[in-house]
Amino acid sequence: MNPATLVKSKWLSWDFDRARLTNIISAITLPLLGLALFIGVWHLGAKQVDTSLGTFPGPTEVYAQWNNLLDEHEAENQRAAAFYERQEKRHEAQLERDPNAELTFREPNRRPTFFDQIWTSLITVMTGFSLATLIAIPLGIVIGLSNATYRAINPIIQIFKPVSPLAWLPLVTMVVSAVYVTDDPMFEKSFITSVVTVALCSIWPTMINTAVGTASVNTDLLNVSRVLSLNWFTHVKTIVLPSAIPMMFTGLRLSLGIAWMVLIAAEMLAQNPGLGKFVWDEFQNGSSNSLGRICVAVLMIGFIGFLLDRCLLLLQSRVNWDKNAITR
Amino acid sequence: MSQVHLELTRVGIDFPTPKGPFTALKDVDLKISKGEFVSLIGHSGCGKSTVMNIVAGLYQATTGGVVLNGKEVNAPGPERAVVFQNHSLLPWLTAYENVELAVKQVFKGKRSRTQMREWIEHNLALVQMTHAMHKKPQEISGGMKQRVGIARALAMEPQVLLMDEPFGALDALTRAHLQDSLMDIQNELGNTVIMITHDVDEAVLLSDRIVMMTNGPAATIGEILPVPLERPRDRLELVDSRAYNDCRSAVLRFLYEKQKKVEPIDSKRKPRKSWGEKLRITG
Repeated sequence: MNPATLVKSKWLSWDFDRARLTNIISAITLPLLGLALFIGVWHLGAKQVDTSLGTFPGPTEVYAQWNNLLDEHEAENQRAAAFYERQEKRHEAQLERDPNAELTFREPNRRPTFFDQIWTSLITVMTGFSLATLIAIPLGIVIGLSNATYRAINPIIQIFKPVSPLAWLPLVTMVVSAVYVTDDPMFEKSFITSVVTVALCSIWPTMINTAVGTASVNTDLLNVSRVLSLNWFTHVKTIVLPSAIPMMFTGLRLSLGIAWMVLIAAEMLAQNPGLGKFVWDEFQNGSSNSLGRICVAVLMIGFIGFLLDRCLLLLQSRVNWDKNAITR
Repeated sequence: MSQVHLELTRVGIDFPTPKGPFTALKDVDLKISKGEFVSLIGHSGCGKSTVMNIVAGLYQATTGGVVLNGKEVNAPGPERAVVFQNHSLLPWLTAYENVELAVKQVFKGKRSRTQMREWIEHNLALVQMTHAMHKKPQEISGGMKQRVGIARALAMEPQVLLMDEPFGALDALTRAHLQDSLMDIQNELGNTVIMITHDVDEAVLLSDRIVMMTNGPAATIGEILPVPLERPRDRLELVDSRAYNDCRSAVLRFLYEKQKKVEPIDSKRKPRKSWGEKLRITG
């Protein structure tokens, strides 16, 4: 090779590396810069706000409360572990005295900590969201397959879609109390109320997007289906469903976002254990730490919402046939 | 060859528009024998695709009708396989699975699983796609997609193969290559083929008869030109052939003298079924 071109190509690759490096550096530094700016504004701004519960918590106070919540969780775990240890010893002693002794197992009286509440909230939201999805996708397909059903049902969807969870909640509460009557309830009533409210509010985006996705299958592919004389089931399975998947996922992501938002409100009002109840209880407590603890909850709610969306994106990139689709 | 296989009798079609029915086709009469290769040629928007869609059963003729082997055609079916202009493969299935869908539909219960697999592979081999049969449409080139589309249609063992500008979206070299493959396959299988094309050379090279259509509205068949060339045909030898050049100029004269088309630039046409065709109209 000509030495001149060799030098040149070396320089080119150096330039290329440098361009990539700058790209990586800016991808890391710019978000950090934004975060630093936000924390700075928060720190300075918080001091200016005086409430009846003391000054508004800044980043340092919130961080302290975060550690506090972690410690509480740790302490509660230790308490439970100690309880099990005592129970274990008691059982051993019992068995020593009488090998056929009937053992009683008890659960420790554990106070739910912040992290337990997160878990509860996640279970509730996933139950509500799954319920909504199970109804919305089949119904959306049925609606989308025929123009007539789409026209008939669309106004109903459009009217119910913007209804706030707070408006549904009293109705749902009354209906659940009236309908869900058992002596040995598997679920708390408040849990059912929250789940139903979440499902009612998050069902619409999935339904409408599935319907639109189903209705807008490429006409060429519909012609292929007609020429092959596919039966209804194969037609839906091989042509309609895969076509509708991208739109379906758009709907699912919107629905999950709404479900998570609605859940917090539902938990506050229905007094169902979870993050919403945590926020409400702290608000009612009114200690000097309350605002800081609520701030931790707010950040946690946002972070979990973000994670839930990422999980769906990951699922989408697995399921979607169009690997070139830009997912963000 | 003399026996009539497919017959179109006084076929006409009206499309409803807000201003009343628009007559796209009128009195199309055509008789096609078994094993014949017929091309439809004409200017854009003259209703070639409409004729084909009626034969395929995707459109219903308003007047007249189509009879295949003594039976009236009024719905789409796999015995009239279509090769669509823009391949129309299902993007979520591999080449193999696309052909499989058609084969299962036609031969389920008639052939065993192994027979079906061999048949799918045989058809993909026919269009030289064995090496890429487990790739998805977006991973292969336009010419390869079109070949899979042809394999899918052939695998249905159709009585009539309908091709809507099958090579229209391809570059000249790929097109020539696929034309040669199609001639080989046609030689071997002896299918009855109706092909729509814009390309005069393609029409002369491949067809036994060229059906030339007049301009719409109320388009109909203008002339039918038999192509008296021996098969197998070789494109290089034909360049100097007298008969070939006569056919070629006959078609050109029809298109550019008798059916000369002067269009106002902003003429509004009825909506077309695909982007590819739309681009060709404007371009």
